Amino acid sequence: MPEETTLVLDEKGMFRVMTRIAHEVVERNRGATDIALVGIRRRGDSLAKRLATLISEIEGHPIPVGALDITLYRDDFQTRFPQPVVRKTAIPFDIERRTIILVDDVLYTGRTIRAALDELTDFGRAKRIQLAVLIDRDGRELPIQADYVGEHIPTTPHETVVVRVREVDGEDSVTIERTDRGQGSGVRGQ
Amino acid sequence: MEQVQLRSPHLLGLEELTREEIQLILDTADSFKEVIERPIRKVPALRGKSVVNLFFEPSTRTRISFEIAEKQLSADVINFSASTSSVAKGETLRDTVRNIEAMKVDVVVIRHAAAGAPQFLTRCLTHSVVINAGDGAHEHPTQGLLDLLTIRDRFGRVDGLRVVIVGDIAHSRVARSNIWGLRTMGASVAVCGPPTLIPPGIETMGVEVFYRVEDALREADVINVLRIQLERQHGGLFPTLREYARTFGITPERLIHTKPHAIIMHPGPINRGVELSTDVADSERSVILDQVTNGIAIRMAVLYLLNRGGDDDVE
Repeated sequence: MPEETTLVLDEKGMFRVMTRIAHEVVERNRGATDIALVGIRRRGDSLAKRLATLISEIEGHPIPVGALDITLYRDDFQTRFPQPVVRKTAIPFDIERRTIILVDDVLYTGRTIRAALDELTDFGRAKRIQLAVLIDRDGRELPIQADYVGEHIPTTPHETVVVRVREVDGEDSVTIERTDRGQGSGVRGQ
Repeated sequence: MEQVQLRSPHLLGLEELTREEIQLILDTADSFKEVIERPIRKVPALRGKSVVNLFFEPSTRTRISFEIAEKQLSADVINFSASTSSVAKGETLRDTVRNIEAMKVDVVVIRHAAAGAPQFLTRCLTHSVVINAGDGAHEHPTQGLLDLLTIRDRFGRVDGLRVVIVGDIAHSRVARSNIWGLRTMGASVAVCGPPTLIPPGIETMGVEVFYRVEDALREADVINVLRIQLERQHGGLFPTLREYARTFGITPERLIHTKPHAIIMHPGPINRGVELSTDVADSERSVILDQVTNGIAIRMAVLYLLNRGGDDDVE
């Protein structure tokens, strides 16, 4: 059980942050004509859909959205048992010549993003890949950085960043849970 | 969150699997179907693992299906074929097992004419995972699972459906695996064939028996037609193939009084004109090619789920 829980973002806060990221994406890419979003399951998937809606409202045309399940590309697969549940990857568009924006809820060690980049490469050669995350909590184990960050929250391994999204958890919120035991090694839902 | 997992480190048959375990395999296979459709049909999940396909009986599609599944998961594949005639069963298996252990193989996929051969292997091997690819007239679990997946794809469920298995029930491992799996998943099962090909006491497996194919088909949602093997005729179990076709063959005329949505399945290879007429095999009702595609997804799922971490994790 968490000993202390701090609310970082509520529903409104999340919406504001996502709206800002949507504007940043459009600004950085000078529009969104060749952009597609790919969310990392499970919660990045929901965030990608929302971001696509926000960008299409700004630009006035639909933005393709896909979802990536990186389970089969994990580097800790050989040491984990039971195996994580394999969910579907769904990329219903050609990634060649597109700018792909990977979307995830929390950026921590960077290993999930490494796996996502490997998997995405198997679908073709994107023109460019950028990374958008709701929370950057530090603690990188690989040389990976995000292009768009919702909130930067430096944390310790004793803390867990919990992202809840309406589509999966029934509510929108980001909280930090602190435990003395140092159990909080990651993100819930992974 | 409590996660379902397979209890046994091996896959020997559907008899010992629970509903939750079968559900897990089917759901996982569903995700793997997408991998088969990708431009690059390869994922790194089993990288560095070696799998030996140990086939003591001739097989084309099952072996190829396993091999494709293994390669798409990035495993190293070794094919080992032996003809049944040249080897004495027990001794050879034990010999083969010694070789396998020396080669540090992680997974052994075995097809053998003797029922129980895969179980025997599990007692000889200390580290490798054993997958039964068909043992005598006992079980063919991956076939049973791919049949379940094909049914679920078509109807969205297995529960409550009526499945009729027509043909040589007595010599069929496909029938046994299907019956176990279907019963566990809540389907009602009937078998139909000449009395000589229906094993006595099959009712204890929870199935209904029909000797007239028209009666059996009437309520069927799924008609699973088994292959009639020529050698059975020489054993005097039925007079001629023509007579079998006339009495039990699935033809368009026999399907007139069935439910319009009823589907036709066959584990292959088909004897066209014997157990199944060409018109039916190639009709809209036929899901035979879906079965073949689903076979790869099921085998990928089984290989993935049985693949245990390093040696430290194996009990």
